[in-house]
Amino acid sequence: MIRFARRHMLGLESYTRDELSFVLETAGAFKEISERNIKRVPTLRGKTVVSFFCEESTRTRVSFEIAAKRMSADFVSLTGAASSAKKGESLLDTTRNLDAMRPDIIILRHSSSGAAEFLAQRVACAIINAGDGAHEHPTQALVDLLTITEHKPVIAGLTVAIVGDILHSRVARSNIFALRTLGAHVRLVGPPTLLPPEAAQWGEVVHNLKEGVRDADVVMMLRVQLERQGRNYFPTIEEYARYFCLNEEKLGAAKPDVIVLHPGPLNRGVEIASDVADGPYSVIMGQVTNGIAVRMATMYLLVNRPSAELEEELAEARRAAVNGDETIATGRGF
Amino acid sequence: MAAKERVVMDADAVDRALTRMAHEILEGNAGSQGLVLIGIRSRGVPLAQRLARKIEGIEGAAPAFGIIDITLYRDDLHTALAQPQVRGTEISFDISDKTIIIVDDVLYTGRTVRAALDAIVDFGRPRRVRLAVLVDRGHRELPIRPDHVGKNLPTSLEESVNVRLRECDGCDQVVVLSPEGGK
Repeated sequence: MIRFARRHMLGLESYTRDELSFVLETAGAFKEISERNIKRVPTLRGKTVVSFFCEESTRTRVSFEIAAKRMSADFVSLTGAASSAKKGESLLDTTRNLDAMRPDIIILRHSSSGAAEFLAQRVACAIINAGDGAHEHPTQALVDLLTITEHKPVIAGLTVAIVGDILHSRVARSNIFALRTLGAHVRLVGPPTLLPPEAAQWGEVVHNLKEGVRDADVVMMLRVQLERQGRNYFPTIEEYARYFCLNEEKLGAAKPDVIVLHPGPLNRGVEIASDVADGPYSVIMGQVTNGIAVRMATMYLLVNRPSAELEEELAEARRAAVNGDETIATGRGF
Repeated sequence: MAAKERVVMDADAVDRALTRMAHEILEGNAGSQGLVLIGIRSRGVPLAQRLARKIEGIEGAAPAFGIIDITLYRDDLHTALAQPQVRGTEISFDISDKTIIIVDDVLYTGRTVRAALDAIVDFGRPRRVRLAVLVDRGHRELPIRPDHVGKNLPTSLEESVNVRLRECDGCDQVVVLSPEGGK
């Protein structure tokens, strides 16, 4: 049965519950590879993956590179080539260059919302959005969801508090869309200046940290994007920290088995105190480990997506496969 | 496409074949010492579990048991009819110097077994690897042969062989499906 037939991974807003569960199940199956002595499978042998990062990144870029290499893909890294040129045009020029190299996947990080989709419409290969402006960062949200399901198997019904700079956070947006699709109760916590106008439609809005994390199953901390703080969203970092830095005392209002996530990099003492970041409720390092499995699964699914022709054949096979004939439907072709 | 169905093994036949194979495996290995059964997803897994139980019943000691998912090692990923779902490999022990019995339901082209061998060597260096299948239907495309066979079943390429197991299909049965109008 085809449960994932997308050409690109641009954002989770349009993903169904079934698609999300399928990607998470697949990602879970990839975890074991990174625990082996020989951390390599031949699945993407002969495939070329290009990462094109126009913004800084440690975790995401390294995570994609390790994931690609553990699946035997050839990995090429381009950075910042379009940093000075005018956005639209330079991205298109770069697109032509990348396309000429015949990659199978381009992983794009760009400061403009919609950049990945722009590229997706103009190349033959698969595009993975590794963060576009304040829009989406789908693989990070999948990492967070996988990490949550490892501690709380059923996401439906969980209370998830997302805390901090939601206005600028693509991680938050991807998470909000996916968590809502999966049936979680989403609570958005932060000062009014860091909440987008749509916040009230996305979930319950709370402006006080302790109230925001009260009885939460999951607390998802966001990085205060200091590089985007040119305008005055809050008076000083110190004042922000006083009200919104998650420490053990404030976390005490949450459920006793709460887990705390953070996509990194941490601003210790700004949005998260070290007693929480390094404490027993933190699953932050688990997120980093899961990043590789999620990115392996994403690349696997995009490269091995069924063609339109095969989809048609499969639909026919399904029609033929009455009487419990499983031979075709289970794909045991050999 | 309508298919004609012919039952070639019923539940008793499947069970008798597995009992014999369990004895053969023990005979070949001179006991259950260092023995590891690895089932290939999906129907090799319940078969390997049953063989392990039978071996335990005979010897008193259960062999180690693992599961292998060959999806990531397939050579037809890009042409596969369905989208193969990755469900993961579970080998939580060291396989070095062990005797591994790969277990699957049907041996056909041999490509699944090739993939399984590639996967196994990524986990270590077993002392030897043997192959046990419930049905050998012929038509090999690679130089691979089984060591323990439940039933040799000559088939034509137009036919398909379907192993049904109660763990996943509700009953134990091996059937041959031939296209309507065929011989």
